[in-house]
Amino acid sequence: MTSDTIYALSSGALPAAIAIVRLSGLRAEAAAERLAGPLPEPRQASLRRLRAADGSVIDEALLLRFAAPTTATGEPLIEFHLHGGRAVVARLLAELSAMDGLREASPGEFTRRALINGRLDLTQAEGLADLLGAETEWQRRAAMESAGGNLRRLVEEWRKQLVQLSAEAEAAIDYVGDEDETAIDLAGLWERSAELVRLWRGCLAQPPAELLEQGVRIVLAGPPNSGKSSLFNALVGSERAIVTPIAGTTRDLIKARLDLDGMPVTLVDTAGLHDSSDEVERIGISRAEQALAEADILLWLGDPDDAPNLASRLLVHARADQRGPAPAGSIATSVLAKGGLDELRSRLGQQVRNLLPPVDRASLNRRQRQALGEAADILSLTPGDDLLLMAEALRQALASLDRLTGRQSTEEVLDALFGRFCLGK
Amino acid sequence: MPCSGASASASRCFTWNNSQQRRSAAKGQLMFDVLVIGAGHAGCEAAAAAARFGARTALLSFRSQDAGQMSCNPSIGGVGKGHLVRELDVFDGLMARAADAAAIHRRMLNRSKGPAVWGPRVQADRVHYRAAIERLLGELPVERIQGEAIALLMEGNRVTGVDLADGSRLLSRTVVIATGTFLDARIFIGEESQASGRSGEQASIRLAHQVRELGLAARRLKTGTPPRLDGRTIDWARLEEQPSDAEAWLFSTHPQPERGLPQLRCAITRTTNATHDIIRAAEGRSPLYSGVIEGRGPRYCPSIEDKVRRFGDRDGHQIFLEPEGLGDALVYPNGISTSMPRDIQTSFVRSIPGLERAEIARPGYAVEYEHVDPRRLGSDLQLRDLAGLYLAGQINGTTGYEEAAAQGLVAGLNAARSAAGQGPTLFDRRSSYIGVMIDDLTLQGVTEPYRMMTARAEYRLLLRADNAVSRLGEQALASNAVSAERATAIRAHLESRSDPAFAASEEGQADALYAPYVERQQREWDAVDRSRCVLIPSDLDYRLLPGLSAEMAERLDAARPETLDQASRIPGITPAALTALYVGTLRAAA
Repeated sequence: MTSDTIYALSSGALPAAIAIVRLSGLRAEAAAERLAGPLPEPRQASLRRLRAADGSVIDEALLLRFAAPTTATGEPLIEFHLHGGRAVVARLLAELSAMDGLREASPGEFTRRALINGRLDLTQAEGLADLLGAETEWQRRAAMESAGGNLRRLVEEWRKQLVQLSAEAEAAIDYVGDEDETAIDLAGLWERSAELVRLWRGCLAQPPAELLEQGVRIVLAGPPNSGKSSLFNALVGSERAIVTPIAGTTRDLIKARLDLDGMPVTLVDTAGLHDSSDEVERIGISRAEQALAEADILLWLGDPDDAPNLASRLLVHARADQRGPAPAGSIATSVLAKGGLDELRSRLGQQVRNLLPPVDRASLNRRQRQALGEAADILSLTPGDDLLLMAEALRQALASLDRLTGRQSTEEVLDALFGRFCLGK
Repeated sequence: MPCSGASASASRCFTWNNSQQRRSAAKGQLMFDVLVIGAGHAGCEAAAAAARFGARTALLSFRSQDAGQMSCNPSIGGVGKGHLVRELDVFDGLMARAADAAAIHRRMLNRSKGPAVWGPRVQADRVHYRAAIERLLGELPVERIQGEAIALLMEGNRVTGVDLADGSRLLSRTVVIATGTFLDARIFIGEESQASGRSGEQASIRLAHQVRELGLAARRLKTGTPPRLDGRTIDWARLEEQPSDAEAWLFSTHPQPERGLPQLRCAITRTTNATHDIIRAAEGRSPLYSGVIEGRGPRYCPSIEDKVRRFGDRDGHQIFLEPEGLGDALVYPNGISTSMPRDIQTSFVRSIPGLERAEIARPGYAVEYEHVDPRRLGSDLQLRDLAGLYLAGQINGTTGYEEAAAQGLVAGLNAARSAAGQGPTLFDRRSSYIGVMIDDLTLQGVTEPYRMMTARAEYRLLLRADNAVSRLGEQALASNAVSAERATAIRAHLESRSDPAFAASEEGQADALYAPYVERQQREWDAVDRSRCVLIPSDLDYRLLPGLSAEMAERLDAARPETLDQASRIPGITPAALTALYVGTLRAAA
């Protein structure tokens, strides 16, 4: 597995000012030498001309060498800081791929090697995955909290209680016959386990951690020409959507990631909803309806009486400068007169905050929710009048909690973890 | 040395001829396939299993009357322990049949708690029990040798026999050590203490010394017994009676059931606050607390002084008064094992209702002994570093007749198979309590005397005392170590499972009761199976594994897990260590 030397573009999307290509493995230095000539001292940046095998110059690049084992991966590591053009990077990667024993890294492979070589432990790797993914302040804080272990502490507390219940049940089964019969209050045991289940159900009812990762979906919808795209552009702060006075201008969904008061949101502009005979527009409208169904928050720009009945929705009276006063309960906005936008942002902010998992409280991702849900189901499905089956259920619930924290099924947890890294990390 | 008249059945000819050839190869000197040292519960089962397999077997014991001796409480079975006895019986072991023959009181424990944890348990008449073991052993071609082993013979990395105290030498392809607490055992009664047991002390010490030189001695454990009472001085009329079960169930499924004995009644009494006061006042005179005994005792089944100290708020602890035999006035007061001085024992016993005038026939005592670290053994109970040497019973840190006997089966059967050049018969924790015990011992080692409990079995709903034949029948047949009539009975039972009438049987009903739960648990087990498949190379150097602390490396090195699943069950292994181990094995595999 570590016999290959791997390479990948480790910086962001191209084009960019600088692109960083990393090489890790036993052949990293030899490969770099073929491209750049004699290598600089470790940890000293040096400007080199990179030449392809045919002698042509690929780029003038900054080269950094890190000597094993004190590198990010624990292996010999090279970094090329290139000019961030697509062709430049593509050419270098092509040169590398032609070399013997080198191959493109799979997603997360640099981190996986760091873990294998003892440069990171699992919790650090998990925290790293979250930090790398964090786009907003809210996400960053949640990642730090989770790396700090607040979920782990919570689960440990549940685990302690489960272990206690389990020990009482086991004692009543095994300590009989040759010493004191261990009396057990079966109803009390069941009630205490039901109390734990209630706690877990409460935790499961909280917003999932993925919402934090993907951002809250805010969908703008309403009849044609109600000002959706203008409002979309105003909120995004750039002319992303085409705005014309012609009804049905927006056909496809237009999405933009936004940082709203430090919280991650995805804003979606949609085609105006009406009966259309235009085939392209009809497809757009069906997509709009789909987006509506998946919305976390709806911004409705149409008649309040026609608004879809969603739990989280804001009624917007757009183009208020042209249409007159807003009906009660609607927020009047005007893009031209710059009116009402701050109020809309602040009302949206409140709703988003309610939907996102609180930063200071543990939130569960899909895998964790599944494990906890399993534990809750096992306990609640067990007949309360059979001590042995209670004892079995408690043991199984314990196993589920252990899956949650990674005490068990290490392989599964690792695969899930590394699946989150993208290429070059 | 005389040759016992081994009557070899046709299927065993091969082995028998083999051993004859070996004997001549050794220039007239006797060569055994399996030599068992010690005729306690482990030793007898080991010798019996080896003989049933067809191995040329010798059973060496210091005294001929050692076989079948119940040195502690006169009972067989219990919760978890009863499961072991039933499993041993499927392999034609002795214990179940002897217990049936000697039972004078039966109780199916946990009747109210679901069939998977029912624990068959009998009080056994000591004399009848020993007689039954002697009779069953006598039916097998086991050569009984009286004598004392003083040294193991070794050639390179392989054991070749033992030297005896009388100067003679026994050669054997394999040796099973089943000597109980012989490693530097000391007995404590109050302030008195003495080296345990037998005359010829020097010889035992030499063998013990050799075992230590092999680096096997681990730590000291303690165990205790209660004072034995003279039953004629107990006021039975005042006590709550505990009758024997109305249904005369049997341990053994052998086609020829043992003839039973008349059933006696046991009685129950309790300690009182006065009892506790007497014990508290004398605490300083207990070797447990004066620091004389260092060994670790079990958390379960503690001595009465431990109970008083740890559960001071309880106003009484239950005592079962168990008769030791039909023709025996001795009574075993189960629940008050103690190492208090004799005078304290007398006064606290007499503070217990019904025992006001009781005479102590023999005082209770504590035994402290050294055991070997069973993590040095493979799943066949063979020492990993010394081929041909097997260890079974209390020497491995277990407590209880049933645990010892079951290990005897594993060691004796596998010693015989190895001597015949055949692969081991291994027990899986998914299909037997024997497998649970062997896996626990060889993987986790012991920190206190190991006693079987159902809580140790994660496949508990499947491992019932009533379905031992269904679980282990095929394996028993394949082991080639069961009699023809037993084999017929096993086949008949396995066939009966497809009969529609099976559903109405006790076993069939229990199967149906647990089926939905077992199905749900199956998913969990499948996950375990996946990590069971991640093999850890046997030569993996844990100290070189990145990301593994020195402590974790040491724990893993001591237990030498074969798979990631096993590693996850080693006590104290952290999730982070498992992660490091997992990626380490991936790297090693690359």
